[in-house]
Amino acid sequence: MSPERRLWSGNIAVAEGALAAGVDFYAGYPITPSSEIMEHMARELPKRGGVFLQAEDEIAAIFMLIGASWADAKAMTATSGPGFSLMQEGLGIAVMTETPLLVVDVMRVGPGTGQASKAAQGDLLQARWGRHGDQALPVFAPSSVQDCFELTVFAVNTAERLRTPVVLLSDELLAHTWETVRVPGEVERAERRRPRDHEPPFGSPDPRLPPAMPRLGEGHALLVTASTHDPWGLRQTSDPEVHRALVERLWQKIWLNREELFRYEAVGVEEAEVGVVAYGSVARSALAARKILAGRVRVGVVVLKTLWPLPEEPIRALAERARAVLVPELSLGQLVWDVERIAAGRCPVLRFPKVGGGIPIFPEELAARILEILR
Amino acid sequence: MKGHALHAFLRPEALPTVFCPGCGNGLVAGALLRALAQAGIALRQTVFVAGIGCAAWIPSPHFLADSLHVAHGRAIPTALGVKLRRPELCVIVVGGDGDIAGIGGNHLLHAARRNADLLVVMVNNLVYAMTGGQVGPTTPHGLPTSTTPYGNPEYPMDVAQVVAAAGANYVARWTTAHLPQLEKALARALTLEGFRFVEVVSQCPARVGGRLAMAPVEAMKWLRAQSKPVGEAGPEEIAVGEYVVRHRPGLLRTLKEQNHGGA
Repeated sequence: MSPERRLWSGNIAVAEGALAAGVDFYAGYPITPSSEIMEHMARELPKRGGVFLQAEDEIAAIFMLIGASWADAKAMTATSGPGFSLMQEGLGIAVMTETPLLVVDVMRVGPGTGQASKAAQGDLLQARWGRHGDQALPVFAPSSVQDCFELTVFAVNTAERLRTPVVLLSDELLAHTWETVRVPGEVERAERRRPRDHEPPFGSPDPRLPPAMPRLGEGHALLVTASTHDPWGLRQTSDPEVHRALVERLWQKIWLNREELFRYEAVGVEEAEVGVVAYGSVARSALAARKILAGRVRVGVVVLKTLWPLPEEPIRALAERARAVLVPELSLGQLVWDVERIAAGRCPVLRFPKVGGGIPIFPEELAARILEILR
Repeated sequence: MKGHALHAFLRPEALPTVFCPGCGNGLVAGALLRALAQAGIALRQTVFVAGIGCAAWIPSPHFLADSLHVAHGRAIPTALGVKLRRPELCVIVVGGDGDIAGIGGNHLLHAARRNADLLVVMVNNLVYAMTGGQVGPTTPHGLPTSTTPYGNPEYPMDVAQVVAAAGANYVARWTTAHLPQLEKALARALTLEGFRFVEVVSQCPARVGGRLAMAPVEAMKWLRAQSKPVGEAGPEEIAVGEYVVRHRPGLLRTLKEQNHGGA
């Protein structure tokens, strides 16, 4: 296929990215502002030999993904806040059973049913920590329609490589923004590792290397359980050592590979007078504010595209150089806690929260705040 | 155990089972394994999916076959995910009444409505047994349980009838006191397409029998005495037999025909 340019919305670009990455199974439940992703997959997947099913609820959707993934599918779903809350149960099961799958959360105003379907960024900590128990899963966030395509491909590949569920956090503004996307002629596709003889499906000698994943129906007599299990999948619900070894390995599998997960843009960090750390649609406003102030204030911007594990180095570098770091968020402030921790007193870290109505953080108001900081 | 006819189908490291003495789960396990043999389906091409509860432990870890043991109530959607992606495999859900009809009730209704190509075996022991014998969606009216110490104020759901109404291709109910009939029903269900549901009313010596001072054997005699054929059973009795046998195309066949005709 030759490279091409396409005009897509963020939601369409997510669906196209998933298809390019080889996603062949989609189950979901309608919820705005994510529905276009599901509708696109409903049209496209059957034409390409894939499977699409509309589930009875989001809980069913994510468990269909788990079953399909063990049956060798590259599986995904998309939802928004209320549905994402329901999917936490399945995400926890997917973490424990090391099941590759992708959940896209197109964030809207919460809590509860909030304001459907206005943009927000209130699900960051839920994406990271929404499940009970010790666990980690990669979280990515696009900030352009191009990112929606590329990061979806990367998220699907990451799920396969690390044998883990992955969350992609989009937001309503991005979902319904139309931009030109450069679609590469070829897209890299990662394939999960298959077991060699006598290789345990839930054990690995190297904590960085996820266990190989067998397919159902091949005579492995595979035991898959979301309860604590030994490397062969046998339930061990009393032995503390089996549990410690398992949850540590599940954590290390993500943590020790974090460098490979880091995606971010650091713009003008070296000479920054004021820093901004942002992600999603808000990052676009941060970059625009930088342009507004060009020639007056040297603004450094770190656009985070990996939200967990968090790339700390660019944030630290920004805090080293800037007189203050501003963290604009479409929430009361969730990312700012991390930035404060990472800045560790190198410079003041200032919140810039905005919630409700789906009103963007405008470049002009960010620019005004930056000037105010310097006064 | 070694010389047992079903030994080859069981996972040696999972034996002896953790089931309580007198539990009906062993009888259901035996009937299901014999039915598979009778229907000519190898364990190698069978995937068992289970949620949480005593009955969920029948296949996982006991059966020497692929099994997915997931969250409470979520076996049916997980199983459907497997079946949609690997239609050539025989996918069977085994669970209890709380798992299948309580917390998983919505999934059960919709799997039946879709005529999803799954066999669901629901072992109905009338209570939440694993957690200590609390009232469940199938507990008889008036029965005392650990959370209805003054008797169950609610009425039980006739799960087989509900599933039949929801659109399943095959629905039957038997008890652990009707093993030959149960085995035959399971074998028949295994030869059909679409959604198939077999309910097995079973004794729980620990959580029900204990409270009623009823030994397992007495409980099984009671099950047999209470059972009447479908259509003849009164409201206090257990209706046994086939509720429905339909031959509508299963979801997988419909999807396949649609996609071949469409694109």
